[in-house]
Amino acid sequence: MKSLFNKLGERLNRVSSMKLTLLAVLSALIVGAFIIIFSDVDNLKEGDILGAVSTVGSAYWALVVGSFGSLRAISNTINSSTPLILCGVSVAIAFKAGLFNIGATGQMLAGGMTALWVGFAMDGPGYVQVPLAVLAGAIGGAVFGAIPGILKARTGAHEVITTIMLNNMAAFFILWLLKTDLFQREDRTDPISKLVSTEGRLPRLFGFMDGRSDLVAHIGFIVAIAAVVVYWWFLKKTTTGFEFRAYGLNADAATYAGMHVKRLTVLSMMFAGGFAGLAGAAEVLGTYGYASTNFAGNIGFDAIAIALLGQSSPLGTLFAAILFGALQAGGRQMQTNSDVPIDLIIVLRALIVMFIAAPLLVKTIWRTKNATITAGQTFRGWGS
Amino acid sequence: MKLELRGITKRFPGVVANDNVNLELNTGEVLSLIGENGAGKSTLMSVLYGMYKPDEGEILIDGVPLVFASPADAIAAGIGMVHQHFMLVPVFTVAENVVLGVEPTGSLGKLKIDEARRMVREISDKYNLDLDPDAVIEDLPVGVQQRVEIVKVLLRDAKVVVFDEPTAVLTPSEIIEFFEIVKTLVSAGRGVVFITHKLKEALNIADRIAVLRRGKVQLTVDKNSAKAGDVVLKVTDLTVLDADGRTHVENVSFEVHSGEIVGIAGVQGNGQTELVEALTGLRKATSGVVALDGKDLTHSDPRERHQMGMAHIPEDRQRQGLVGGLSVAENLVLTRYHDDQFSHGVIVDWEAADAIAETLITEYDIRTPSKETGVGTLSGGNQQKVIVARELSRDLRLTIAAQPTRGVDVGSIEYIHSRIVKERDAGTAVLIVSTELEEVMALSDRLLVMYRGKVVAELDPKKVTPMEVGLYMAGSRPDSVVTA
Repeated sequence: MKSLFNKLGERLNRVSSMKLTLLAVLSALIVGAFIIIFSDVDNLKEGDILGAVSTVGSAYWALVVGSFGSLRAISNTINSSTPLILCGVSVAIAFKAGLFNIGATGQMLAGGMTALWVGFAMDGPGYVQVPLAVLAGAIGGAVFGAIPGILKARTGAHEVITTIMLNNMAAFFILWLLKTDLFQREDRTDPISKLVSTEGRLPRLFGFMDGRSDLVAHIGFIVAIAAVVVYWWFLKKTTTGFEFRAYGLNADAATYAGMHVKRLTVLSMMFAGGFAGLAGAAEVLGTYGYASTNFAGNIGFDAIAIALLGQSSPLGTLFAAILFGALQAGGRQMQTNSDVPIDLIIVLRALIVMFIAAPLLVKTIWRTKNATITAGQTFRGWGS
Repeated sequence: MKLELRGITKRFPGVVANDNVNLELNTGEVLSLIGENGAGKSTLMSVLYGMYKPDEGEILIDGVPLVFASPADAIAAGIGMVHQHFMLVPVFTVAENVVLGVEPTGSLGKLKIDEARRMVREISDKYNLDLDPDAVIEDLPVGVQQRVEIVKVLLRDAKVVVFDEPTAVLTPSEIIEFFEIVKTLVSAGRGVVFITHKLKEALNIADRIAVLRRGKVQLTVDKNSAKAGDVVLKVTDLTVLDADGRTHVENVSFEVHSGEIVGIAGVQGNGQTELVEALTGLRKATSGVVALDGKDLTHSDPRERHQMGMAHIPEDRQRQGLVGGLSVAENLVLTRYHDDQFSHGVIVDWEAADAIAETLITEYDIRTPSKETGVGTLSGGNQQKVIVARELSRDLRLTIAAQPTRGVDVGSIEYIHSRIVKERDAGTAVLIVSTELEEVMALSDRLLVMYRGKVVAELDPKKVTPMEVGLYMAGSRPDSVVTA
C-alpha cells in the first residue's frame, strides 16, 4: 500500500510541475491579451473597450484556426514544428549533460549544407539518395557540433562562447560556399544554391492527396518524431545516456564514479550537433529544396526556449516545439484576420520563457500549493 | 555453559520489537549487543531475563530449552542482570543491599550481618571490586554502586551476566575500571552480554558483536577473526603538488594489509584529501608509486582502480558520492552500471539494477520512501548508507573511506562502522581517513598521523592516548618522529 501511495505522490509531483508549465503558458496568453488590448489603438481611441476585447478573441481564435483549424493549418504547424523539434532535442540533450548548446543554428547550417552536397553529388533513386543525404546532414552537424565539445574537453573553453562564435563562422562559410560553382544556382549572382532534384527532396507527408500541393509538410516530421523517441531511449536505456544524466546533474560525482567526462563533453555536443544537423537537412531537402544564407533563421535560438519549456524531457520538448510551431503557423493567420501583427508571437514566446524561468511568480499568481518547483535540467554555470 | 536464543520474536501492538533473533553465548566470552534506541535490545534482554514471554522462539541453556516465567527462573538458570538503573536501597549498607532477598538468617530469622559482610568481602576480593561492606549506598559514587550490583549478581551465582548500557552512567575513568572488571569476570569463566550503543566500547571489550536494527540481528562481527595478511595497498614516496606548485602530500609511504584497518588521523587540511584523491585516481600523483596487489596503478583512472577491487567512500557525499537529482536505485549503480551484471552492451539492465536496489535498501536499512525517490531528499545518514551499500556490496580488495560518518546520525554511524569492521574481517584492506580522532582510534589496527602533508607517526591505537595522538596532529614532538 505504502509504495503505491508513494508512487502516486511522485506522479502528482510530476503533474504539478507540468501544471506549472501549463500555467506559465496560460499566464503568457493573458498578458498577451492585455498587450493586444492596449495596442489596439483604433478601438481605444473611440473608447470602445469591448471592441478591443473582441480583437483579443478574434486574434486568439485566428491563432487556433491557423494552427489546427484545417488540414492545411495542421500541415503548416507540422512544417514549422519539424526543425523546432529537432533543434529542441539538440539543445535538450546538451542540457542533460550540463552543457549549453547555443550553436544549433551553426550546426543546422553545417548539416543542411552537407545534406545538400550529398544530394547533388549523388544521382540515385530517391529511396537511396534521400536517406543518405539525411544521414549526411546528421553527420555534418555532429562533426561541426563536436568542435566546441573538443575545445571544452581539451582547453576548458566555455561552450557558450565557442558555439556563438561558430555560428558566425558557419554563416560566413556558407555565404562563401553558396558562391562556389558547386552550389551556386547557374543564373544567379546572389548566394543561393541550385535546386535539389525532385527525386532528392524529402517526400511530402500528404503527397498521396492529389491536387493538394498547398500541404507542404514533409516526412522530416517523422524523422523528428523518431529523433524524440531515440532521445528518450538513449536517456532511459543506454549506459551513455545514464552517464549524460549523471554528468549533467553532478560533474564531480560523475568523475568520482569513473565516467570519462571529457569523452562525455565531446559526445554530448556531437549528439546535439547531429540532431541540429538533421533539422538543417529537413529544411533544405524538405521545406525549401535549396539553401539560402539564412535557411536556419531563428530556429536555433527558439530551440533554447523550447528545451527550457519542455524541461529538456523528450515528451516536454516535443510538445513545446509543437506549441511554438503552432504559434508560428497560427500567427500568419492572425495577422491576416485581425490586424494583430505577427510580432505578437515573438512577445508570447518571450512571455512563456519568462514565466517558465520564474516558477515562483507563476505559483504566486495562481496560488498553487504543494507544486514542486523544478527548473528542469539546464547547464552548469560558468567555470564548471 | 552455553546460552542460546533461537528465533526469538516479540510483538507489541503495532511493532515487532524482536524479529527472529538468534544469538549464542559461551561462558568465558563477551558478546556485545549494539543498536540505536528502539532497536529492540532491551526487549530482547527482558525476554532473556524472564520479564517478557516471547511470542515465538526459545531459550536454551546447554541445549536444553527452558521457559522463564519470571526473573527468578532466569536467576535460577544462572542469568544475572545489571540494570541501567540500579535496584539498590539508598539508605542500606553495601552488605545489606547485596543480601537483600537471599539473606543469610539465623534462628528466629535474624539476619546474620557478619555472614553477609564476609560474603561481600569474599567476592569483592576475588574479582578485585574493592568494596567496603559497611559503606552506605547513597554515599557511594555511581561506579561503585554498579560494582555493588555486580556483587549481587555474582552472589546469586550467575554464569551469564547481562549489562544493560552499563557505561552510560560512568565517567571515562570508571569505564576503564569497568572493562577491567568485565575481563576479570570472563577470565573467571563467566559469560558477559554487554549492551551499548557505542561501537567503540564494543570493539574494545567484546569477542563478538551483534548489531540489532529494527528488532533484527543485522550482522554479527567476530572481532578476533581478523588477521592482517598480505600487503594490498603499497604507497611509496607519494608526493602530490597542485597546479600552483604547493605541496599537499610529501614523500608518503605506507602499506595496508588485507584484514587490517589503517587509520589516518590529522587535522583537516593536512593533505588527507589530496592523499585520498591521489590513491583513488581523482588527482595526479606528482611522484611516487601507488600499487594495489603488487600492480602499479599510479596512472590508472578511477574506473580501472574500481575494477581492481578498490572501493571509495568519498569525504563529501553530496559533491562527489551521489548525484542528488538521480534516484536511490540509480545512485546504487552509479559506479557499477557498466558491469556485465547491470548492462548488456550499451543497454543498461534497469531490472537488474532495481532488483539489487531492493536488496541493498533492505540489507543496509536505507530509509527511503521508494527506490525511485531522489537521493537528494534523504537524510544525511541514509545518503551515506546508499554510498556504503554501493561501495561495499561487491568483492573488494581495498576500501578507502574518507570521513565515513561526517554529518551522519548516531544510529547510522554505528552501523557504518560495523560494516567497515565486517569488511576488514572478510579480509579486505581498509584505509580510514578521518578528522574524528575517536573514530580512527576506535576502528584502526594501526594509526598514521598526517601533519603538513607528511606521515609524522605510526602508532598502535591500543597503546596511545588521544592526548598523545593529538600532540602529533598538532605537529608537536618532532624529536620523536617515526616515519612509517
